[in-house]
Amino acid sequence: MRITRCAGKLCKTVFLGLCAIITICPLLFLLSGSFMDSLELSELIAPVIQGKEGMAGWHWIPRYPTLQNIIELLLDSPEFYKMFWNSVKITGTILIGQLVFAMPSAWGLARYEFPGKKQIYFLYIILMMLPFQVTMLSEYLVLDKIQLLNSQWSVILPGIFSTFSVFLMYRFFAGIPEEVLEAARMDGANEWQVFCHIGVPLGYAGIISAMVLQFLECWNQIERPMAFLKQKELWSLALYLPEISTEKAGFAMAAAFVALLPALFVFLYGQDYLERGITATVQK
Amino acid sequence: MKSKKGILFILPGLSGVMVFYLIPFLDVAVRSFQKIDGKFCGFDNYQKVLENKAFHLAVENTIYFVLVCLPLLLVLSLLAAVILQRTGSLGKLCKSAYLIPLAVPAAGVVLLWKLIFDNHGMLNQLLLWLGQNTVDYMNTNASFYVLVFSYIWKNLGYTVVLWSAGLSVIPENIYEAAWVDGAGKLRTFLSITLPNLKQTAFTIVVISFLNSFKVFREAYLVAGNYPQQSIYMLQHLFNNWFRELDMDKMAAAAVLLFLVILIFVYMLHRSWEEEH
Repeated sequence: MRITRCAGKLCKTVFLGLCAIITICPLLFLLSGSFMDSLELSELIAPVIQGKEGMAGWHWIPRYPTLQNIIELLLDSPEFYKMFWNSVKITGTILIGQLVFAMPSAWGLARYEFPGKKQIYFLYIILMMLPFQVTMLSEYLVLDKIQLLNSQWSVILPGIFSTFSVFLMYRFFAGIPEEVLEAARMDGANEWQVFCHIGVPLGYAGIISAMVLQFLECWNQIERPMAFLKQKELWSLALYLPEISTEKAGFAMAAAFVALLPALFVFLYGQDYLERGITATVQK
Repeated sequence: MKSKKGILFILPGLSGVMVFYLIPFLDVAVRSFQKIDGKFCGFDNYQKVLENKAFHLAVENTIYFVLVCLPLLLVLSLLAAVILQRTGSLGKLCKSAYLIPLAVPAAGVVLLWKLIFDNHGMLNQLLLWLGQNTVDYMNTNASFYVLVFSYIWKNLGYTVVLWSAGLSVIPENIYEAAWVDGAGKLRTFLSITLPNLKQTAFTIVVISFLNSFKVFREAYLVAGNYPQQSIYMLQHLFNNWFRELDMDKMAAAAVLLFLVILIFVYMLHRSWEEEH
């Protein structure tokens, strides 16, 4: 009896551990590759990249750790800075835009009854679920008409009005008890004040969740910038990374690692909110 | 509260949604019944799409992909979520590890995938060591499984969190009652846990289905615009038609895909409404 219980526990631990190793291994891979010198790297990956004889391998701890790649990236590659800054600009503007537009939308849908409300909510859910490929052509046509193609606004504006954040904040705003709002109205607060002084602070968790999820989404997005940005100077980091040739594998990995850092930081800092945000889709 | 004031709150956001999504999509829907020069042509475009060979291939591959991935993802993540259910800080650490792929850019994993799955890669090295034949995962039908792996890797954590949420609302006293009655672990899982997860399962299926479209990033970065046949997905097709500006076909295909997704979302919406 005890043996089977031990074996069961072991199986569970192995399963959980194996999953964890697989999910974090790309992170460790980028980390170790960033600190490898070019000789060691090419020795390891040449069979795959250049079709040389032998088999590829990997050292999870570099044999001769070096800062060469990181230094080249930070001191000697203006392109990387440009793309990094582009990503910051695009992602930052989208998030601010969502605070301005999505937050009141979510509040209006969650706390008021008015004709057409149900239909609008349903419309928002459909839009949030549509993959980019379905709306690609329509977005292209409208951006072409207002002459925003090939400018960063072609990525920013559709991003701002993506309805996922509205849905997420709606779920949190809807959970605030009506009595609290009534009490504020009795004290003479108008609807805007109720929203700013009660809705926003009490729905804080939902707002942060939406921001965390949207940050990860925007920071790594590839499809929309690839479709709408022709000029390379406008590109975001996620689009630029695959462009780095595999000849400079160490540099490419260092670039990918640095590009990952902001997302990782947001992830670690906002993990609880991230989980609550994901959870909001299945719970009341 | 019953008040038209709500409209004022949603108006700015709603107008943006109208301008960038709703009106242009209606425009596309109209165009799907027109030739490029704007003449009405009935269902011609739809017929062209439905008879298109690339479209057939893409639809078949996409459906097959979803049918393979969804059950695999659902079972693996449920298993992890159930094991994690009553664990403390170690469980939390595991969950963090599972969620990390959400933060990793696609470009960062592509090189690793190549290193693992290439003909001279690490997986084949393992196979050789075990005395098996090597498989060229990138250039044969096996590339399909590389994509399946990518999808599971990316979505495992997300789905584990969703299952955990579903598990956490099952009242503890049902379990206690079952244990008092002498039910074993498997028995409680089958007759308490599973039935109580029906609602969650449905939501997860729909969300995972829609997330499966995002696997295009990895597929595209690994294999480009025209990948190996078995991973030529609907997303590749849309992307290629877009680059060639095949407006008429693309409009019709967008409407078709929209209708399929609409059905799924409608069912999901209904199930959410019933919950309230």
